Amino acid sequence: MTTTPQASLPAQTLTLNQRAAKVRRRLSNPWASGIAIVLAILWTLPTLGLLITSFRTQTDINASGWWTVFGKIFTGDANFTLENYDTALHGSTTNLAQFFVNSIVITLPSVVIPISIALLAAYAFAWIDFPGRDWLFVAVFALQVVPIQVTMIPLLRAYVSWGIGGSFWSVWLSHSIFALPLAIFLLHNFMKDIPRSLVEAATMDGAGHVKIFFRVVFPLMVPAIAAFGIFQFLWVWNDLLVALVFVGGRPDVAPLTVRVAELSGTRGGQWHLLSAGAFISMVVPLIVFVSLQRYFVRGLLAGSVKG
Amino acid sequence: MTRTSGDFRGRRALALGAGTATVALLLAACGGGDGDDGASPTAGGTAAESSIDCSVFDQFGDLQGKTVTVYTSIVDPESQSHIDSYKPFEACTGVTISYEGSREFEAQLPVRIQAGNPPDIAIVNQPGSLRTLVNRFDAVKPVPDAVKQEVEENFSQSWIDYGTVDGTLYAAPYDANVKSFVWYSPKAFKDAGYEVPKTWDELMTLTAKIQSDTGNPPWCAGVESGDATGWPGTDWVEDMVLRFAGIDVYNKWVDHEIPFNDPQIIDAWDKAGDILKSDKYVNAGLGDVSSIATTAWSSAGLGITQGTCWLHRAANFYAAQWPEGTDISEDGDVWAFYLPAQIEDEHPVLVGGPFIAALADRPEVQAFQTYLASTDWSNEKAKVSASGWVSANKHLDPSLLNNDFDRYVYGVLTDPKTVAGYDASDQMPSEVGAGTFWTGIVNWLTGQSTQQVADTIEASWPASS
Repeated sequence: MTTTPQASLPAQTLTLNQRAAKVRRRLSNPWASGIAIVLAILWTLPTLGLLITSFRTQTDINASGWWTVFGKIFTGDANFTLENYDTALHGSTTNLAQFFVNSIVITLPSVVIPISIALLAAYAFAWIDFPGRDWLFVAVFALQVVPIQVTMIPLLRAYVSWGIGGSFWSVWLSHSIFALPLAIFLLHNFMKDIPRSLVEAATMDGAGHVKIFFRVVFPLMVPAIAAFGIFQFLWVWNDLLVALVFVGGRPDVAPLTVRVAELSGTRGGQWHLLSAGAFISMVVPLIVFVSLQRYFVRGLLAGSVKG
Repeated sequence: MTRTSGDFRGRRALALGAGTATVALLLAACGGGDGDDGASPTAGGTAAESSIDCSVFDQFGDLQGKTVTVYTSIVDPESQSHIDSYKPFEACTGVTISYEGSREFEAQLPVRIQAGNPPDIAIVNQPGSLRTLVNRFDAVKPVPDAVKQEVEENFSQSWIDYGTVDGTLYAAPYDANVKSFVWYSPKAFKDAGYEVPKTWDELMTLTAKIQSDTGNPPWCAGVESGDATGWPGTDWVEDMVLRFAGIDVYNKWVDHEIPFNDPQIIDAWDKAGDILKSDKYVNAGLGDVSSIATTAWSSAGLGITQGTCWLHRAANFYAAQWPEGTDISEDGDVWAFYLPAQIEDEHPVLVGGPFIAALADRPEVQAFQTYLASTDWSNEKAKVSASGWVSANKHLDPSLLNNDFDRYVYGVLTDPKTVAGYDASDQMPSEVGAGTFWTGIVNWLTGQSTQQVADTIEASWPASS
């Protein structure tokens, strides 16, 4: 038991290093680097524009484009202000903190529930032999093609008849339902990659499924879980449609995205606040991504090469 | 060896920790669901302190502790004055009003109705969508007698008609906006010696004069408004139809008793073209004719305060768009004059405004409906509103309105000479009124002829209506 992970770990790092070296050799072409840099710049440009816009005054935003700022910096005419952020944060009757809390309350269970269920399901699909397993797996996989839009009214109707319409339960359940097919598929593929000998060795030592799951499989799955967790977190945090349909816009349940969508006012006249609102709502996903990025890349590599 | 086994133990601890955390979070998630069933009815205030007559609501019985949900498209920052205006009712009856505003109101309301959790009160923005709610979803309850009385007492017949579907009054008017205004700068007019025009011909003369004096176009316009791009242009056309074809033709046009591309409509539309499609007269400070299609309606008129634009036709609610500190007064930075008709005595006005549709008929909902149709509510709303709010209620006390401009708008709205035409695009079937009419405006501004555009819109009119 103790020897197996010890043996497999260095092997994995070695192949990873070899692979990385190979990729590095291939990408060190100056042309490739040039193209990558150009792409990176093009990709970042709109975000940069949004960032600059969020610090400009309302009159400036209405009068000219964000790129005119560069010329104005030289002539000394550039005006920057924090007013947009101030209005976006404190301008409404409900403190924005309330929506932050709602977003967190919606997001955490919506990430944890599908991952927990998908882990168990993926384990069963990967390591437990039961009749019809492959067909069931194909069916789960096929569910991914159902567009979420067609499920909305029937789901909402069901929630209303169960008496949970408009509560957090309806978003948690919906996000879990929509995430499960992909989660099961992804985690199953990661789980399949674990060497069979490892599981067999644990069985020999007398471990049951529960013990194997928690002691052997789960630790090896951490990068995959983190990778999918980030995916799901970003999707739920940025989601407007599901939240709007299932919980609506009441301040006690609406997430941040709903508030940001309404920042521009009843007739859309205050759209200069949107850029500031976008950056406020971006802060949390950015922190999550940057702090878990390590796992994200590792998880992606592990899945893509071996599958 | 020791190092690796220690490593392994560390990993196991991490795994166990993560597992426990997962379970803990899951439990927390389950536990959290109990307290958030939305607006739990909090005990309302006692029936004591209130600035309105509470005895009106006695007929609805004891309503203490009940909740009425209101769903509207009015969001922050405008929503606060609406919420505040409900407070006297809450104080009277002990009913809690749960207010929810969403910019996605139009799309979400049918979803909620079909899913079986409609709001109690929906404030619908157009007679057209009221008709859809009544005919297609069978969701709206006819108003109770108490509301009918209030509406007949307070509103003119044309407003009552807009809330009526097939002879039954379904919805009382909520508030109103008036679109037939031209914004200008009284200071600039005074400095240049221009007079406010009283007839259409005077307006065109003034336009030509400003153009020859300054060498620049006098009018600024913009119709860009996200996925509703085009609507400010439809208001232009509707104003012209009201002025040059008359209210009777206008109403027939709306009801499709005459085709959309009727020659009278084309003629009137071309009057708008005299300004909007003339490179000499538009688009002040913003570009050529086609720039109208890409200029945001909310910022199109701002040139007036910067001295680049002289005239901007927009609704009374454009008052909210002026930069902070702008002096809105009859001799200040900006003010609006009534968009003149052919002769001075005619007063056709293009109006718009939402309606209060009740999707439930519980006593507390009917009581609230009665309150919203009353003069008490109009007065309360006027007291707490920021600038830009008026109602078509004849008995509203104008002195309560926020400022002189709102009083001026209210005056235009309730002037006995005024003939109000409700925004045509809001009454037409949504395929046209919120579809081809909007896109038609953009095509018209970017090159197509009036005839061409009107023909296309006529062809898109749904067969059933």
